[in-house]
Amino acid sequence: MSGSLLEVRDLRLGVAGRTLVDQLSFSVHPGEVWCLLGPNGSGKTTFLLSAMGLRDVQGGTVGLQGRSLSAWDPLQAGRVRGFLPQIIHDAFGASVIECVMMGRHPHLGRWEWEGGPERDIALSMLAQVDLTGFENRDVLTLSGGERQRVALAALFAQDTSLLLLDEPVSHLDLHHQIMVLSYLAMLAREKERGILFSIHDLNLAARFASHAVILAPGGRVSLGAIDRVMTEDILSNAFGHRVTRVEHAGRPLFIPE
Amino acid sequence: MRRALTIWLCLAVAALVVFMLALASGSTWLEPVQLGEALFGPAGGMAHEIVIGLRLPRALAAFATGGLLALAGALMQILLRNPLADPYVLGLSGGAAVGALGAMLAGLGVFAINLSAAAGALVSIVLLFALVRRDFSRQQMLGAMDASPRLLLTGVMLASGWGAIITMMFALAPEAKLRGMLFWLMGDLNGAESWAPAMVALAVAVAVVYPMARELNVLLRGETVARALGVRVSGLRFAVYLVASVSTALAVTTAGTIGFIGLVVPHALRLLVGNDQRILLPATALTGGTLLLLADTAARTLVAPQQLPVGVITALIGVPAFMFLMTRRARTP
Repeated sequence: MSGSLLEVRDLRLGVAGRTLVDQLSFSVHPGEVWCLLGPNGSGKTTFLLSAMGLRDVQGGTVGLQGRSLSAWDPLQAGRVRGFLPQIIHDAFGASVIECVMMGRHPHLGRWEWEGGPERDIALSMLAQVDLTGFENRDVLTLSGGERQRVALAALFAQDTSLLLLDEPVSHLDLHHQIMVLSYLAMLAREKERGILFSIHDLNLAARFASHAVILAPGGRVSLGAIDRVMTEDILSNAFGHRVTRVEHAGRPLFIPE
Repeated sequence: MRRALTIWLCLAVAALVVFMLALASGSTWLEPVQLGEALFGPAGGMAHEIVIGLRLPRALAAFATGGLLALAGALMQILLRNPLADPYVLGLSGGAAVGALGAMLAGLGVFAINLSAAAGALVSIVLLFALVRRDFSRQQMLGAMDASPRLLLTGVMLASGWGAIITMMFALAPEAKLRGMLFWLMGDLNGAESWAPAMVALAVAVAVVYPMARELNVLLRGETVARALGVRVSGLRFAVYLVASVSTALAVTTAGTIGFIGLVVPHALRLLVGNDQRILLPATALTGGTLLLLADTAARTLVAPQQLPVGVITALIGVPAFMFLMTRRARTP
């Protein structure tokens, strides 16, 4: 197996004096799709921000492609790993194509302007999230789900080896949820990218992820291959709600009591 | 890039036309030929004296002040990610006004008043920065939380504090000094001969922010997005704050507090040319300068020999123009 894209070692995270995660260690390798599961306030966003280096950690290290994150130049890191925040708040209007082309920022020199190539990339990424024809719309006129797809297109345009996504399908309808997650799975399978996303839908997680990190209240963490960690016991414990696992057409389904 | 050059060129031509108009109008109207002679002809002669000695310095001061205010407004709106921000929102003009009005109360000369205004602005800049420096430098950032609201709130509080002191000064000031103080507060380019510092500052400010313009575009999408894309947000925000405050301080020192330019010009241009800072920031500087020059020309000619406070004119031009753009925008989404 080739070197890891993201390596988390002995990570300790806390918010306001409360420890969320302790002694968390795992790696994301090329071709792997990790999902991050856990109840509200269990530290999913905090963990993703820390893995991006956007937040200080209370202990442990985060490595990107085998090098400590703090040793990376921010712009170079921006060419290797990308992030989709849970909420993007737009104060000013901008056209959809401008927003998507912004994903190319780390790849352009200080004096370069986005030109034909960036436009082509942005248009093909918009097609990827089913927003063809939206390129000249103002983002402020879009619906929540459409905005989330614009942000996804910008992340895809960034073209990084590692993609971290904080609830990438939270605002999407059923069809677009499947579409986006399939695209992420395809990136991992065919382009050897590493993916880590948080999600609340257990069935989508089990269907598209190869591995899972499950954060339970009290800092208990379960991680590993999907089949091994997405069990009735672990999930029921983590969410504080009884979950039953059934098989349907060869796929596991999770049904809350 | 071609689009940017076209826009800047159009604005530069407009600026030039307004410059000619400003130089030609006044107590004696100069025909284009006379104006040419006055500008490029030999020294001596009435027209030469008026144009080179009086109208040109004032026109340059007006242009530089307007440019600085508009640029500072655009930068503050980016820094605070708030469309309602203007150069004065963080209490800078308040500090400058307290300095200037205090010097007037003490009966000091013009130079001391300007110096005192600059000192007041500087105090305000340093005070605000000391209060919120954690917001510029902290790495402990939580998700969608932006540092901007705290910065804005602190600035607004500071501004209200200065406002109270200004009101107190007016209450205590002797009758004879009130008019001068009021004119300073409303913004006045009369006697603003020192155009050079403001003009140099304008050129430097544009040169400093231009290379950061694409990063500012990214920053407008939010702090988390910007940092994920490799923008050094804290350094960038500090640089923007510094440029915006120094620009405002120089503008206020040159011409007192002039409203609306910093708010209206960046917004009007956003509606007209879009929100790409690489195009917008230089365009803002040019348009702000042109608009204030036009307003000042109107202020000194409309009811001549009386002069109106230029702040009144900027508001009277700015408000309807802005309303027009807003409604036009609303109808054609």
